[in-house]
Amino acid sequence: MSAVNVSQLNKVFNEGKANQVDALVDISLTIEPGEFVSLIGPSGCGKSTLLRLIASLLTPTSGEVEVAGKPAKQARLDQDYGMAFQQAGLFDWRTVAKNIELPLELKGWDKAKRTARANEMLELVRLDDFAGHYPWQLSGGMQQRVAIARALAAHPPLLLMDEPFGALDEMTREHMQAELLSICAATGTSVVFVTHSIPEAVYLSNRVVVMSPRPGRITQIVNVDLPRERNEDTRERPEFYAAITTVREALRGTHVGGIHVGGIHGGVEDR
Amino acid sequence: MFRRPRARYVLPPLVFGIAFIAWWEAAVYIFNLKPYFLAPPSKIWGQFTENFGLIWDASKVSGTNAFIGLLAGTIFGIAMSFVLSRYRTLGELVTPLAIALNAVPIFVLVAVLNNMYSITSEIPRRIMVSLVVYFIVLVNVAKGLTQVSPTHVELMRSYAASESAILRKVRIPNAVPYLFTALKISAPAAVITAFVSEYFGGSQNGLGSRITSNIANSKNAAAWAYVLGACLLGLMFYLFSIIAENAATPNGAQKDSGRSS
Repeated sequence: MSAVNVSQLNKVFNEGKANQVDALVDISLTIEPGEFVSLIGPSGCGKSTLLRLIASLLTPTSGEVEVAGKPAKQARLDQDYGMAFQQAGLFDWRTVAKNIELPLELKGWDKAKRTARANEMLELVRLDDFAGHYPWQLSGGMQQRVAIARALAAHPPLLLMDEPFGALDEMTREHMQAELLSICAATGTSVVFVTHSIPEAVYLSNRVVVMSPRPGRITQIVNVDLPRERNEDTRERPEFYAAITTVREALRGTHVGGIHVGGIHGGVEDR
Repeated sequence: MFRRPRARYVLPPLVFGIAFIAWWEAAVYIFNLKPYFLAPPSKIWGQFTENFGLIWDASKVSGTNAFIGLLAGTIFGIAMSFVLSRYRTLGELVTPLAIALNAVPIFVLVAVLNNMYSITSEIPRRIMVSLVVYFIVLVNVAKGLTQVSPTHVELMRSYAASESAILRKVRIPNAVPYLFTALKISAPAAVITAFVSEYFGGSQNGLGSRITSNIANSKNAAAWAYVLGACLLGLMFYLFSIIAENAATPNGAQKDSGRSS
């Protein structure tokens, strides 16, 4: 059973109206359990829309989305995935531990079980000492780690992430990437990861899905030929640069209206 | 917000206040201002201590009106904001009207209300206060209930949370700081409305009516003494709203507004 199975998916916004947008056309994609897949492409290519269709936060115009072998909506009702956004989206009026417990509260877990799980998750993201803190007392990177802990609190098999590190500085960002990979390795979670950064996509992923806009579709899927175990040395390897080049060339094909694609060394972003 | 050096914050306004009163006192003598023009602070204070019992009684009348109106207005305002945030079209219909009414000095309505009740009734004044408070609370709390972070709503939907769970876990906590903002505005407004309501007839028992009657009798310093009482009452209401806010917000969690991180 695949983690995610998208077949012949189409999404049209404002169908039949003057401002009709073909957000996604004929998308098919299968993600295996434990696999890390990034969606990359210029603004308006529909990568966030695809993520929200997988999350069943949007409904497809046509086509099928299956998550963990169920229709996407059922998977959402069963909380078969966790989600993290560019904004950590923590609740200011809840402590760090209470933020992590939120999805468990909604599942109806009792207090003792919730507390135990929150502590386990805090240990996983190495924030054990901050359980009683409020979100605004933490740095941006720490907030994002809490958001990841919250997304994984119910031990979902799938993690959906929409540019989760987009608001972080470069150093925190690289640190968070390594952290995310070790968490996923420890939990066996599959990940669909939306990003604007080529080095980020390559460093994290088994496969990079390159998308193009107007209408949104998949132009190429790049297999990243690197050992699964990634570390600081990974960023120095020739295969890393080779994969970056392949993704950049695939993106160049999508070049519409002067979109700037980032350079090799800095993960320069196009927004 | 932690361990502020007290003297640095308290001393300058205190010194300024004392200097201002001293200057006022001196100006009355230096420029030989007539008592009907401006009474010196020493005389006002004398009147204040001399008439303290009367001022206290009048404060109780105005304060009770303000308090009951504040309470009723807050309860109805909160209730209505829930209705408006639940039925958005109704909200879109009513909110602009509420904001527009808020800008009008509607306390003049008290003259109309006075005609509806017996001449000695305090009810028109209390209704007036609650109307003023009601709109302030309604507009602010409705904003807190509806203007939640889109990320929070998406997150809750990803948890398959019901509309009532979103209300309990996102909208209501988000609206709490807005409620206290509304209270900080409406507590002094309630006191002001209670005074002004007394200018439109009815029993001559509150601070507002005592100020006018003393001025009518050329008892300028006594009028000022009642003004001082009115200031203290307004300050007390404001202080209570701040104490309530501190009591209701978790340990040091007071942020400016219901913004997300």
